Amino acid sequence: MIGLLEEMTQKALDRNIPLSVQLDLTYRCNERCVHCYLDHDDHGEMTTAEIKHLLDEMAEAGVFILTLSGGEIFLRKDFFEILEYARRTLLFCVKLKTNAILVREREAARLRDLGVESIQISIYSHRPEVHDAITLVPGSLKRSLDAVKFLKAQGLRVVLANVLMVQNAQDYRGVRALAEELGVECTLDPTITPMMDGDRGILSLNVDQTALREVFRDQELVGDVDEFCAIAAPADENSLAALPCSAGHTTAYVSPYGEVFPCVQFPLPTGNVRTQRFLDIWRHSDQMNDVRSIRLKDLTTCTSCSHVSNCSRCPGLAYMEGNMRGPSSQDCEKSFVKTGVPSANMIAKKRTAANLVQIRALPATTPATTMAGATA
Amino acid sequence: MARNPRVAARNLDGEMMIMSGRDSTLFTLNKTATILWQSADGKTPLDEIVEQKICGEYEVEPAEALQDAEALARELASHEILLISEEPILQSAPLVGEAR
Repeated sequence: MIGLLEEMTQKALDRNIPLSVQLDLTYRCNERCVHCYLDHDDHGEMTTAEIKHLLDEMAEAGVFILTLSGGEIFLRKDFFEILEYARRTLLFCVKLKTNAILVREREAARLRDLGVESIQISIYSHRPEVHDAITLVPGSLKRSLDAVKFLKAQGLRVVLANVLMVQNAQDYRGVRALAEELGVECTLDPTITPMMDGDRGILSLNVDQTALREVFRDQELVGDVDEFCAIAAPADENSLAALPCSAGHTTAYVSPYGEVFPCVQFPLPTGNVRTQRFLDIWRHSDQMNDVRSIRLKDLTTCTSCSHVSNCSRCPGLAYMEGNMRGPSSQDCEKSFVKTGVPSANMIAKKRTAANLVQIRALPATTPATTMAGATA
Repeated sequence: MARNPRVAARNLDGEMMIMSGRDSTLFTLNKTATILWQSADGKTPLDEIVEQKICGEYEVEPAEALQDAEALARELASHEILLISEEPILQSAPLVGEAR
């Protein structure tokens, strides 16, 4: 299937079709995860009619994979109405992202009837005291794991999504073992992203380099460690002509308020479906076309970096750092941890920091030589 | 013969992309198979579809076209993309227009 999906993705790319879109139905949530990048107040979510109209427009634009996420999707009272419309009327391939604490046997059976492709459930630890301390909801691990069992019993595909942070850095093996025991898949994401409003405070929850190194050298996770951590081959003309990622090329993100972005992790506003057609935003927005114009050779700093041809650089994280053509420091750190070779961005920052050291305290002088009043 | 409502489907440039509802296997249908899938409304028999939609479109002998179409329909049915029955099928997936 991967080969065929790649083929269809290439076709979508050639024809400028947004093959895959994530639509957040709400930012409201029944958990309060310490690392979450969202503001959970409702600032005027799209109505059921608005969402159905948007889905019509997306189907017309060629969107095939529709990921419904949030916030917590099951907090919307019209969730099943929206899902039924997406599946039965418009035949989207629907994936869900949820904490699943509102999913019981009845909901699981309905998801099976509606033919959902997969359900991704956030699980931070196999230990309740760790998971519940991250979600800030006592009993949430048990509720989520009960839901996994209900969904599995319906024959649905379930994926545990484990975000790694300081609080659970030691638990990813436990989560993987739990997934195996439950007969479900498991993914691990070692990146905490800034809040959508740009606040970078939660980045302090990112795991340190020692923990990251352990993850990148775990054969069960990465396969061939030597290959995964190898230093990239020097970039040639072809690799520099490559696209940085699929954001804005075959994927897009729509917020509960109708705002369209290149990706959920790339908060560059490109238009709003409440006032414009989705396809017009996708095709004609200046911002979307600006994102689309970028090739690796256009990146500042990164073009000269030894990691450029196999860096995980996220343009959205770079944008949140101030320049979508610039480096993403979090990905620089990952490349460094993998290979031991600092990125061009890290070297440049070090140079800048070294220059700043010139502003240093004056050598100690005797009171007689200090300026009047300067006694510190 | 009917389109299975459990699939996911999109029409890109006249070529159907279909994901089986049974095991999420992805298929693409060529133009002939796409015509067959789009015509499977649960009421029209296969020989009529072949005569009206395939023989009219391509220069092919009706008997040969029907034989190929039967094989194709059986294969699509084995992946639960099509539903086949001797009786009319009431539930057929909606038609999917071509992406603009």
